[in-house]
Amino acid sequence: MTLTVDEIFDRINVLIKPFNKKNIPLGPDTRFSVDLELDSLTVMDLLSEIEDEFDITVPLNLLPDLETVGQFTKAVEQLLSEQ
Amino acid sequence: MTFDLFEKFDPILKDYNNLPEGEENPFTVSMEKVLSPTTAIINGRETILAGTNNYMGMTFNEDCIAAAQEALTSLGTGTTGSRVLNGTYNSHKHLEDALRKFYDTRHAIVFSTGYQANLGIIATLAGVKDYVVIDADSHASIYDGCAMGNATIVRFKHNDPESLDKKLARIRRNDPQAGILVVLEGVYSMLGDQAPLKELTKVSKDHSAYVLVDEAHSIGVFGKTGRGVAQEQDVEDQVDFIVGTFSKSVGTIGGYCVSNHPKFEALRLVCRPYIFTASLPPSVVASATKALELITSSNLRNKLLENSMKLNRGLSQAGFDMGTTGESPIAAIIVGEQNTAIAFWGQMIKEGVYVNLALPPATPDNLNLMRCSLSAAHSFEQIDFMLEKFILVGTRLGLLQKAEERILGSDPTNIIHSARA
Repeated sequence: MTLTVDEIFDRINVLIKPFNKKNIPLGPDTRFSVDLELDSLTVMDLLSEIEDEFDITVPLNLLPDLETVGQFTKAVEQLLSEQ
Repeated sequence: MTFDLFEKFDPILKDYNNLPEGEENPFTVSMEKVLSPTTAIINGRETILAGTNNYMGMTFNEDCIAAAQEALTSLGTGTTGSRVLNGTYNSHKHLEDALRKFYDTRHAIVFSTGYQANLGIIATLAGVKDYVVIDADSHASIYDGCAMGNATIVRFKHNDPESLDKKLARIRRNDPQAGILVVLEGVYSMLGDQAPLKELTKVSKDHSAYVLVDEAHSIGVFGKTGRGVAQEQDVEDQVDFIVGTFSKSVGTIGGYCVSNHPKFEALRLVCRPYIFTASLPPSVVASATKALELITSSNLRNKLLENSMKLNRGLSQAGFDMGTTGESPIAAIIVGEQNTAIAFWGQMIKEGVYVNLALPPATPDNLNLMRCSLSAAHSFEQIDFMLEKFILVGTRLGLLQKAEERILGSDPTNIIHSARA
């Protein structure tokens, strides 16, 4: 079964919820460090949960290019398609 | 328009400028005189050193000093060369022989620092098609080794074999031929917890991955002959590379890696942090060689762990929120507020105890820690003095009262324990 981009986005949003302490409304342009105020280690923890949720490997090397929820979604879509 | 390269540091400078001034500032402290492995003169007063990582008290060992002095006189102050250009003396080779003997391995390579050993081994071993799988709470040198190399980096939950298994299974599913290096630490330095190496090495080997264990905080401390946690947990045959440092139990500076891999010597030709830096000065090499010899037959390990248990137990019974249990030479109090932790440190130094203030991101789970690393050279009297001062300052800052409320609120059986204290 192939997930649509919207489905991936929704599932990522569920995972972000516990990290979203100030209940910032989430959109594709929401930035992890600036808007959600997450430090780099927390973003790595979130990445680990995303790996387990979608059963994929998301290399830490991709992190510098993953600043927003939308970019995360796109990366997951890409990694799922490569499987 | 020109851009200020330093602008990006403004947020951290803002925090820094809010720190207390004078002797209560943890970033400006310096030692006027070092009296022994456990005491120094700081701000004009005799101070107990409670966070040195000088586990064996080796820095003032007479035999090590004599060996260093001899080398200094006969070989000079430095090598002024890299290991491959003018910087390998016989004594560097003797030190590598001593490491081979200490670990009973076929190969040993010495670096100028432990940090560089991790940089060099991780960045060089794992190439562009390979994977490095690291524990989430890894030391900065491991993260930096990953950043320096070209491999794909994957991180698993701290000390969690199930998480490691999941990450390795996924890598293998997509890339059955991939070279994989799993990087672990014997003891994690902030909270002093040991890695469950039996389980972690088993999972790694099930997926045909190589295992590297960093024993920086465990050499000299654990294992029958002081080799570290791999020896203690009897899994040395499951570990492919051991990395360590001379800057803690060995009492000087330098790093190393030992292995039985038949092609290990190739690293001397390709490992940049080994090649492109000056080699260790002869006096350092001489004291490290002597210290390794002493550690093998040392009976100081029990005294060290006894010291740690005494401090950990005392702090816990006083009602502090502890991050450590006393099973390793680390004792760390968890302090909720960062400003309270900074104030705690400032008052302790004024009371004559120099501990480590450890703050995120150097700590796991965003914890603010008052961290001690014990030494076998600490006397019980010194530990009693530390305890007295911790309790004095902790009470002043209202930490002990809060701890008591928390215990009362959470689990009624704990009251008995705190009442006994």
